[in-house]
Amino acid sequence: MNQKTPAVRMRNITKRFGPVLANDRAELTIYRGEILALLGENGSGKTTLMNMLSGIYYPDEGTIEIDGREVVIRSPKDAFALGIGMIHQHFKLVDVLTAAENIILGLEGRLDLRKSTEKIRAICDLYGFELDPQQKVYDMSVSEKQTVEIVKVLYRGADILILDEPTAVLTPQEADRLFAVLRKMRDDGKAIIIITHKMHEVESLSDRVTVLRDGRYVCDMPTASTNAQEMTDLMVGRSVTLNIERPEPKDPKPRIEVNGLTVRNEEGILRLSDVSFTANSGEILGIAGISGSGQKELLEAIAGLQPTEKGTITYIEDDGTREELIGKDPLKIAAMGVSLSFVPEDRLGMGLVANMDLTDNMMLRSFRRGHSLFTDRNTPRRVAQNVVDELEVSTPGLSTPVRRLSGGNVQKVLVGREITSAPTVLLTAYAVRGLDINSSYTIYDLINRQKKDGVAVIYVGEDLDVLLELADRILVLCGGRVSGIVDGRTATKQEVGLMMTRVGGHSNE
Amino acid sequence: MFDLISFIPRAVVQGIPLLFGSTGETLTEKSGNLNLGIPGVMYIGGICGVIGAFLYEQSLPSPAEINGFLAVAIPLCTCLLGSLLAGFIYCFLTVTLRANQNVTGLALTTFGVGIGNFFGGSLIKLSGSAVPSIALSATSAYFHRPLPFADKLGVFGKLFLSYGFLAYVAVAVALIVSYVLRHTRLGLHLRAVGENPNTADAAGINVGRYKYAATCIGSMIAGLGGLYYVMDYASGVWSNNAFGDRGWLAIALVIFTVWRPNIGVLASFLFGGLYILHMYIPSGMNLAVKELYKMLPYVVTIIVLIFTSLRNKRESQPPASLGLPYFREER
Amino acid sequence: MNKELHEPLFHISKRGAVRWYVSWLIRCSAVVLALLVCALITMLMTGENPIRIYATIINGSFGTPRKVWVLLQNISMLLCVSLAVTPAFRMRFWNVGGEGQALAGCFGSAACMILLRNVLPNWAVICCMVVASIAAGALWGAIPAIFKAKWNTNETLFTLMMNYIATQLVAYFCVVWETPKGSGQIGVINSRTEIGWLPVVGGQKYLLNIIVVAVLCALMYVYLGYSKHGYEIAVVGESERTARYVGIKVDRIIIRTMLLSGGICGLAGLLLVGSTNHTLTTTIVGGRGFTAVMVSWLAKFNPVWMILTSFLIVFLERGAGEISTNFGLNQSFADILTGIILFFIIGSDFFINYRLNFRHAAGKEIK
Repeated sequence: MNQKTPAVRMRNITKRFGPVLANDRAELTIYRGEILALLGENGSGKTTLMNMLSGIYYPDEGTIEIDGREVVIRSPKDAFALGIGMIHQHFKLVDVLTAAENIILGLEGRLDLRKSTEKIRAICDLYGFELDPQQKVYDMSVSEKQTVEIVKVLYRGADILILDEPTAVLTPQEADRLFAVLRKMRDDGKAIIIITHKMHEVESLSDRVTVLRDGRYVCDMPTASTNAQEMTDLMVGRSVTLNIERPEPKDPKPRIEVNGLTVRNEEGILRLSDVSFTANSGEILGIAGISGSGQKELLEAIAGLQPTEKGTITYIEDDGTREELIGKDPLKIAAMGVSLSFVPEDRLGMGLVANMDLTDNMMLRSFRRGHSLFTDRNTPRRVAQNVVDELEVSTPGLSTPVRRLSGGNVQKVLVGREITSAPTVLLTAYAVRGLDINSSYTIYDLINRQKKDGVAVIYVGEDLDVLLELADRILVLCGGRVSGIVDGRTATKQEVGLMMTRVGGHSNE
Repeated sequence: MFDLISFIPRAVVQGIPLLFGSTGETLTEKSGNLNLGIPGVMYIGGICGVIGAFLYEQSLPSPAEINGFLAVAIPLCTCLLGSLLAGFIYCFLTVTLRANQNVTGLALTTFGVGIGNFFGGSLIKLSGSAVPSIALSATSAYFHRPLPFADKLGVFGKLFLSYGFLAYVAVAVALIVSYVLRHTRLGLHLRAVGENPNTADAAGINVGRYKYAATCIGSMIAGLGGLYYVMDYASGVWSNNAFGDRGWLAIALVIFTVWRPNIGVLASFLFGGLYILHMYIPSGMNLAVKELYKMLPYVVTIIVLIFTSLRNKRESQPPASLGLPYFREER
Repeated sequence: MNKELHEPLFHISKRGAVRWYVSWLIRCSAVVLALLVCALITMLMTGENPIRIYATIINGSFGTPRKVWVLLQNISMLLCVSLAVTPAFRMRFWNVGGEGQALAGCFGSAACMILLRNVLPNWAVICCMVVASIAAGALWGAIPAIFKAKWNTNETLFTLMMNYIATQLVAYFCVVWETPKGSGQIGVINSRTEIGWLPVVGGQKYLLNIIVVAVLCALMYVYLGYSKHGYEIAVVGESERTARYVGIKVDRIIIRTMLLSGGICGLAGLLLVGSTNHTLTTTIVGGRGFTAVMVSWLAKFNPVWMILTSFLIVFLERGAGEISTNFGLNQSFADILTGIILFFIIGSDFFINYRLNFRHAAGKEIK
C-alpha cells in the first residue's frame, strides 16, 4: 500500500490564530479508494487542518502534496481545481437561493440553470440522492441541506471529499444512508476524509484513522488494528473511562406536569402538538429527537419564553401546591418562587453575552436584586470566582469577555451560573454539543449532582448513546409530537432511533 | 386644475437622480455594503462633472467652438472618475480595513458634500478665471437635448421623448442591473456575497473583488445622478446645497423597491412627483402650507418602511450580511 | 522552484486584545498622519507653508478669548447631542435622528417663548420651555423606537426621515411666526423683553451650556456604566435573545432608551434656542446630529472619551473655518478636512484589531 502515491499528503502544517496555535506540525496522508477518519477532541485542530486543505485558511508553515506534486492552495477555488471538496459542519449555503443555484455557485461560464439541473439530476440518480433542485434552501430539512452540500462538491468533480462531522445532525437511519453513499464513492476510487468523534462510526465506516491532539499529529493506523478505547486514549492523551454514572432516582415526585401543550411558531407552523408528560424530582428526563422536532420550543415554553396555543404546564411544589406556568414570563415565574434554570442550546447567543466578562455574565439573572438604581458587582464577582474555582474554568481572569473562552469553558460558566441559584428544575439543551470528552464528563457529573440533590432535570440530547446511559426516562419527540416515553435502562438505540422518525416507532400502514 | 401633462415630465426629471442613486445603492447593498456615503458620492459626481466641463469650456477660445462629443464625454469621464474614487475610498476602508460601514458612510457624505460645496464655491477663484459664476449653459445644452420629434409628437413626445440622454441611460442602467442581478452568473455570485460571504468564499468566489466591483460601479452609477442633476435639471448652474437630501431619498428608495432596480424606475418617478407636488397643489396665499407639503416624500418613505417591516416575506428582506464586514479567518 | 511567487505577499490575522495605550497610540498617529495630509492639501490649494497653516488652525480655536469661548460652546453642544445618541448606540439602535430630535427640542422652546410670552411670567415660561423641549425631543425619538420595538422597522432610515419632517415642520412655523411679515424668518425672539432667555451665568453667555453639558456627561457616564438601566441597555445591545432569556422586556428598553436619547437631544435644543441663539431656523442644529454619530463612535461610546473626540472635531472645524476665511477659501473646506481626518481614524481601527503577517520569512525557512 505504501508503494502507491498518496492522494493527499500534508506535512509539517502549522497554523496560528493570534496567540493560539491551532496546528503544530500536523501530518496527514490519504490514498484513493479509502475512507480516513480524522480523530481528535474539540480544539485539536481537525477542522483547521481540513480548512487549509480546502483553501479556507492558509497555513503559516508546511507543505501540501496532491498526487505527489507539491501545491499551493490559496483559495477554495484552487482546492476545487485540485479536486478537493469539503462539506462543512455548518453548511455553507445561501438560504434565499435554490438548491441548484447553491450547487453551481462559484462556477464559471454562462448561467444555464436548465443544463445544470439536468446534471444535478444525473448525479442524484447515480448515488441515490433525493433532491429537488428548485427548492429554496430555507425550506429544507437539515439532511436535505447536507445532500445539497454533497451534490455541490460532486458537481465540481471532486474526488477528494472532506466531511466535517456529517452525522452530528442526522438520525441514525439518515446516517446509515449517508454511509452507504460514502462507501459507494470509496469503491468508485474517491478519497474520503471524515471528521468525527463518534467511535462507532469510525469503527463501522473507516479504513484508517489519523489522530490529532492539541493540534499535533499523534498517530495513523488501520482501523482494523485498533479499538474504541485505544483511540479515545490517544485522543485524550491518557486513559479515560467511558462510562457515565447513573444513580437510582431517590424519592421521585412529580415536579413539572405538561398537558396537551401545543405551540405554533411566528410563521404559524405547528411545532408542538398535544405534548403531555411529567418530569419528576431527582430524575433525569432525556428528550430525544431529530433536531428541530420541537425540543427548543418545549424547553422555551417551560421557561416562559415561548407563547403557547393550548395546554398547561404545571409546577408542583414539594407540598403538592400547583402553579400554572403558562402565560408567565421568566420574571413572573421567578417572582412566584419557582427556581427554574435553563441552559439553552445557543450559549453565546442566548445564555450568555459574548462580549461581557464573567462577572457581568453572572449578573444576568440577578442584577435586578435590591432597590438601588445601581448594579452591585461584588456579589456576582464572588459567584464568578466560585464557578471558576469549582468547575475548573480555565480563563485569564474574571474580566475576560466570555467569547474568548473555549467552548467547554463557556459551557461551564453557563451551567455554573444556572445551578448557583439552587434550582428545583434544570432544563438543558445540547449541554455537551461541541465539547470535548473531558468537558463533557464534567457536565454529566454536574447534572448528576443536581439530580442527586432532588432537581428535576430535563436533558435534551442528540447523542443517543449518551442519552441511553445518562437518562432515567427518555421522551422521544417526532415532528412536534410525543412518539413515546421509554425507560432509559432498558431501551435500545434502534428502538429510540425508529421512534425519532415515526410516531410510536412502528410503521402506520 | 391639476395639469398632469406638465406634472409627469417634471416628476420624471426629479426622479432621474433618485433612480441613479437607488440603482447604484442597490447594487452596492447586494454585495453586503451599506453605503450611507451615497449622498456624498452624488455630490462628488456632480461637482466632478462640473469641473470637467468648466475647465473644458474655459480652455476654448470662444463658446462657439465647443465640440459636441467632447462637451459630453469630458464631464461624463470626470464624473465617473470622481465617483469611482469616492467608492474606492469607501471600499478600501470597509472591505480592506473592515471599518464600520455606518460611520464610514457618514464620513464619506460629510467629505463628499464638502468637496461639492467647496469646489462649487471656489472653482472660479482656484482656476483664476474671470467669469462671475459657474453657468455651463453650452455644455448643458448637449445634456439637455431631447430626442428628435419630441416637440412634434404632442403629448407622447412630451411624456416620453422630452428628456436629455442621461434620463434614458438611467432607465437602461436600472433595467440592466436588474437583469444582471437576476439572470446572470455574476448576479448570482454577487447575491451570494451579500447574503452569506462565508459560503460565497467557500464556493471559490472572490468576496473582496465582488464587493469592490459592486460598490465602485454602484458609486459610479450614483455619481451620474449628480451629473444629471447639475447638467440637465439645473441647466449647468451649480449652486451649493441645491442637490439637497436627494441622496438620502435614494437610499430610502432602495428599501421601497425591495432591492429591485426595475421597480425603482417607476418608484423613483413616483418619489420625484412627491418631491414637487407642493408646486402643483393650490395653496393660495398661504406659503406656510407649502412647507408642509414638502414633507410628503419623507412621510411616504416612513409609511413604506413600516409596511415592508410588517410584511415578512423572505425575498423582500435586505441581504442577510448587509452592514457586516467580512473576515475569512473569523473564529 | 517558483513557489514564493505563488504565495500571497502577506496575510491578515486577528489580534488578541491590545493594551489601551497601544490602541490610543495607533489612533493618535492616525490623527497626526491625517493632519500631514490635510496640510499638504491645503498647501496645494493656497500655496501657503504648512507651519502657517497649522498656526492658523490653532489660531482658529485659541486665537482670542472669544474664540476659546466659542470653541467651548461648540464642544459642549456637540457633546450634548453625542451624549444623547450614545445610549441608543450602546443598544445597537442606529439613531441618526439626533438632528431632528434636537430640532424638535428647539421648536418646543421657541414655541413656548412665542406663545406664552404674554401669558406667563418669565420663570414660568422657562419652566415650560424645559418641559416642552425635552418632551418634543423625546417624542421625536420615541416614534421610531415604538415601530422598531413592535415591528422591527429599520431605525436608521426612520430616524433619518424624521429629521426632514422636523425640518419641514420648523420651516412651516418659520413662515407662520415670521417677523417681520414676508421675511420668512423668525428673527431674534423677545429681543426686547428677553422672556424665555435662559439666565447668563458668571457673566459669560456660554457658561451655562458648558456647565449643563459637563454635568450631563458625568451623569451619562455613571448611568451607562453603573446603573441597572445601563446594564439592561448593554445586554439588549449585545443580544436581544439573551435579554429575553433573562426576562428583560426588550421593547420597553428600546422605547425607554430612545425617550432618554430624544429627551437629551431636546435639551440640546433648549440650550441652543434658550441660551445661545434665541431664534429658530431650520439649520439651527447645524448637522450636529450627524457629527454626533461619529463623535460617539470614535470614542467607542464612552462619555468621557467623547469629550476628547468632540474637541477634536470642533477644533478641526474651527481651524478649517479659519483657514477658509484667511486664505479666501469656501467654508466647506472644513468638511473636506474633517472627512479626511475621519477616514484616517476610521481606518486606523484596522491596525488595532488585526495584524499583518509578511510571508517571506516563512518562505526562506522552508528552503
